[in-house]
Amino acid sequence: MALPDPLIAPLVPAWWPVRSVRRELADTVTLEIEPPPGGLVFEPGQFTMLSAFGIGEIPISISGDPGAPHALVQTIRSVGPVSSALTALRPGDRIGVRGPFGNGWPLEDARGADVLVVAGGIGLAPLRPVLYTILTDRDAYGRVSLLYGARSPSGLLYLDEIRGWMAGLDIDVLLTVDRGEPGWHGSVGVVTDLIRRASFEPAGTTAFVCGPEIMMRFTKQALESAGVDEERIAVSMERNMACGVGLCGHCQFGPFFVCKDGPVFRCSDMVELCWLKEV
Amino acid sequence: MTGTVFDTLREHEFFADLSDEDIGILSACATPAAFAAGQVIFREGGPADACYLILRGDVALEVTTPGRGAHVVQTLHGGDILGWSWLFPPRRWMFDAQALTDTAAIRLDARCLRAAIDADHEFGYQLLQRFSQVMTARLQAARLQLMDVYGAP
Ligand SMILES: Cc1cc2nc3c(=O)[nH]c(=O)nc-3n(C[C@H](O)[C@H](O)[C@H](O)COP(=O)(O)OP(=O)(O)OC[C@H]3O[C@@H](n4cnc5c(N)ncnc54)[C@H](O)[C@@H]3O)c2cc1C
Ligand code: FES
Repeated sequence: MALPDPLIAPLVPAWWPVRSVRRELADTVTLEIEPPPGGLVFEPGQFTMLSAFGIGEIPISISGDPGAPHALVQTIRSVGPVSSALTALRPGDRIGVRGPFGNGWPLEDARGADVLVVAGGIGLAPLRPVLYTILTDRDAYGRVSLLYGARSPSGLLYLDEIRGWMAGLDIDVLLTVDRGEPGWHGSVGVVTDLIRRASFEPAGTTAFVCGPEIMMRFTKQALESAGVDEERIAVSMERNMACGVGLCGHCQFGPFFVCKDGPVFRCSDMVELCWLKEV
Repeated sequence: MTGTVFDTLREHEFFADLSDEDIGILSACATPAAFAAGQVIFREGGPADACYLILRGDVALEVTTPGRGAHVVQTLHGGDILGWSWLFPPRRWMFDAQALTDTAAIRLDARCLRAAIDADHEFGYQLLQRFSQVMTARLQAARLQLMDVYGAP
């Protein structure tokens, strides 16, 4: 797949200012970063390597609108030293950026038929650009459903935006949480339960899946039981990364380098791999 | 009314592939049921005298713990089966079930179902096979919930 040339030399971060910070959840923020004039062109599913000065660098998916390349939008959950430093940045601070890297979701395959976007937790971040892209060319797709699960209602990302989608007719949204909280009147149960409640014609449906690996494994099984072809199930994999461009081997997963050959894979391309515990 | 219930059971995914004769046996145990939003369908510990095929609406399965109040463990929706405690002793409900929205269901009487199973083991096998699938799926879902896959690393 032809990707746009990176704006920056692949191994040297460019230091761009943070334009705004939006707190999404207790441990998660969305940074809007200002690329140089010309913007940062990317495909839904691609990631950048983000660095916090003097601390380190991590891969983070782009969660913004591919149609608005003048803002680099990334949603980060604080789990360790680098992600904590990045989530503590303030408007005006500088952040190191390399990329965009990796391939994108196979959106071309999805045209003309039904689409299932299945996300778990922070996994909605790399899928949001898919929804933006579909919405700008809505008639090119059949029924589009977002099936989104999180640990609890307070773990659901982008709720304001999701409510907007729910109020419209373009996307069917089904939400569920593993644990309810007072005031939550929605579904309680795992995200795979939502598959049988979604409207789609299995033959021809494309599913884009991102979340914790266990969730993706169960989702893949449930989608196949529902009749979706594994060639049409795409997942986004996470592995530790260093170079981000296929040089160092850190992200090797069987015969693949996740940074270069992925992070998005079709389940049919990694039948044995996708579902092994570790390689 | 029986005609309607028969057709509803006949069309339902859960009973797909059952013979018309078996659907007839089920229909004899079935009555339509409706629950208003907020209405309790059954309470934990009460006699499990029925199971329900939810046609429309949403139902919460809840456990109440002292000091913490009601805690929703799962929600069920149109197309789902509610209740299998009627199958095994002590035949008491394990959870509270409450309608979250106006809910339409088919109530299958447990005593009638058990008598039908005793009288016709082939029918019983067909029915239990379907309930086992639901139980397996729920068990797997419960395990996934327990794993807390989205939790803190
Ligand atoms: C292609 C790709 C895209 C990604 N996109 C995003 C994104 O959009 N937003 C986001 O927040 N994160 C994303 N991640 C994950 C992110 O890169 C890691 O969370 C990050 O590397 C953690 O680094 P750290 O130094 O903060 O913590 P570390 O010190 O590396 O890890 C701290 C603890 O967190 C655990 N941990 C590390 N990574 C993860 C993980 N992914 N999930 C759960 N636990 C983890 C570690 O095992 C350790 O226990 C992505 C990863 C990849 C490979
Ligand atoms: S991170 Fe270096 S090869 Fe993928």
